[in-house]
Amino acid sequence: MKKADLVIIGGGPAGLAAALGAYDAGIKDIILLERDGKLGGILNQCIHNGFGLHRFGEELTGPEYAWKYQQEIFKRNISFLLDTMVLNLSPDRIVTAVNSSDGVFQIQAKAVILAMGCRERSRGALNIPGMRPAGIYSAGTAQKLVNGKGYLPGKKVVILGSGDIGLIMARRMTLEGAQVKAVCEIMPYSGGLNRNIVQCLEDFQIPLKLSHTITQIHGKDRVCGVTVAKVNRSGKPIQGTGEFIECDTVLFSVGLIPENELAKEAGIRLDPVTGGAEVFENRETSFKGIFACGNVLHVHDLVDYVSEEAELAGRSAAKFILEKWKRDGETVTLKRGEGIRYLVPQKLHRESHEALKLYFRVTDVKRNVEIVLRDGKSLLYSKRHPKVAPGEMEYVILTPEIVSRLTNNCVLEMREKEQ
Amino acid sequence: MKRQLTCIICPIGCCLTAELDENGEVLNVTGNTCGRGKAYAESECTHPVRTLTTTMRVSGGTEPLVSIKSDMPLPKELLLPCMEKINRLQVAAPVQIGDILFRNIENTGIDLVATGNVKKDQTCG
Repeated sequence: MKKADLVIIGGGPAGLAAALGAYDAGIKDIILLERDGKLGGILNQCIHNGFGLHRFGEELTGPEYAWKYQQEIFKRNISFLLDTMVLNLSPDRIVTAVNSSDGVFQIQAKAVILAMGCRERSRGALNIPGMRPAGIYSAGTAQKLVNGKGYLPGKKVVILGSGDIGLIMARRMTLEGAQVKAVCEIMPYSGGLNRNIVQCLEDFQIPLKLSHTITQIHGKDRVCGVTVAKVNRSGKPIQGTGEFIECDTVLFSVGLIPENELAKEAGIRLDPVTGGAEVFENRETSFKGIFACGNVLHVHDLVDYVSEEAELAGRSAAKFILEKWKRDGETVTLKRGEGIRYLVPQKLHRESHEALKLYFRVTDVKRNVEIVLRDGKSLLYSKRHPKVAPGEMEYVILTPEIVSRLTNNCVLEMREKEQ
Repeated sequence: MKRQLTCIICPIGCCLTAELDENGEVLNVTGNTCGRGKAYAESECTHPVRTLTTTMRVSGGTEPLVSIKSDMPLPKELLLPCMEKINRLQVAAPVQIGDILFRNIENTGIDLVATGNVKKDQTCG
């Protein structure tokens, strides 16, 4: 069996940054495994700009952002295998993979970093009635066809879901000559970034139908239209509000799911809300020496934050391999309170002696709120946020002093401020 | 007159308010959290511009397309005319990130730059 200090599963933005983080912290024996034919992951098909503002202070397109990281990987001579699919991960860190030149092979790693990213929810997850005609795609599949292959999947398009990929594809299809008839969003607000609503929809006068969903897809061989209806507060279609929209293509942009089959099979403890592993502040999972970062851990809005988190996971894996870090000692589990949908990390080592960047998402769109961390009744931290939305990941930074005072009774919650 | 805008310069998406005089000149911008927000509001109220990102056909490459961008933001009303032009263009492989693939698109003085790499396909002579 091959041996390696560190095996990284996934060569997208998380895997690349994790490799650099670990390498620069002293681990040279790294193998990066990527199932696609090139490094960079989903960034390669995200040809729009807006990446890297936090990280590099400039606005890059997806392929440019990925290329910056790839060059760093090449410079350091970090080894990677392309077209290589990982089949299994064991709790004692044996990675089983397959490719066409080596066949099935195993690597015993001292540490493993999970960086498999996420995939799109599909029509099946929504149970939308209708036949199974051609012309139904996930937004990401359409993106790959348009940007990678040069195929336009259709001419008249309705998009369900106003997450960023849906908005980006509305613009992309319009620029390539398709007519985007509507973007429907079941929630009363968009899950995408405000800038994308402006530059992808408003710029091209594409209607955004909030509190609307598709209740029926029409057509037998090819999509010929959809019925769109208004929904009530609990998201159920309201009788009599149905409207037929003629179209030949439906794109789904209805959420992303961390791709955690390997983690599940290995028995790693997952957070039911994020769909990713439960991790400590160093991004270690419930299994010793197995770390997770990027969209496989929780779906991020910005790749800049993925890179940051992945570098942290890389450095943590290096510490673990070099035995500079002991896993023993007191751990604390943080609780989610009112208005907080999820927290990452979920757990931490109290004596980590480092500032903690605690990521969270809220449950509702709110203005003028306070994010509060309390231990029972005593207040440890609070910060005012002028506006929060579930679509935008937020974070608080806790000082080492606050971290040292955290207990299992600590709750992060959102409070509405009185006007 | 006041105009409400959402800043598109970065993913924060600040809510901007631009105060305009009767000639449409921007008097004052509020709600921005950086200097770029102010510049955006001024440009958006007078002459809106957008960076165009799309693809160009590649001949003899390992991939059929290369991703490209305008090296500067283009006037918004020229986005679709530029797309029409770009869709008639083709570039020969190899293409490197940063290569200028077309100069002075629609007489704007703005160039089209490759944002991806495409290698030459060795199998098709």
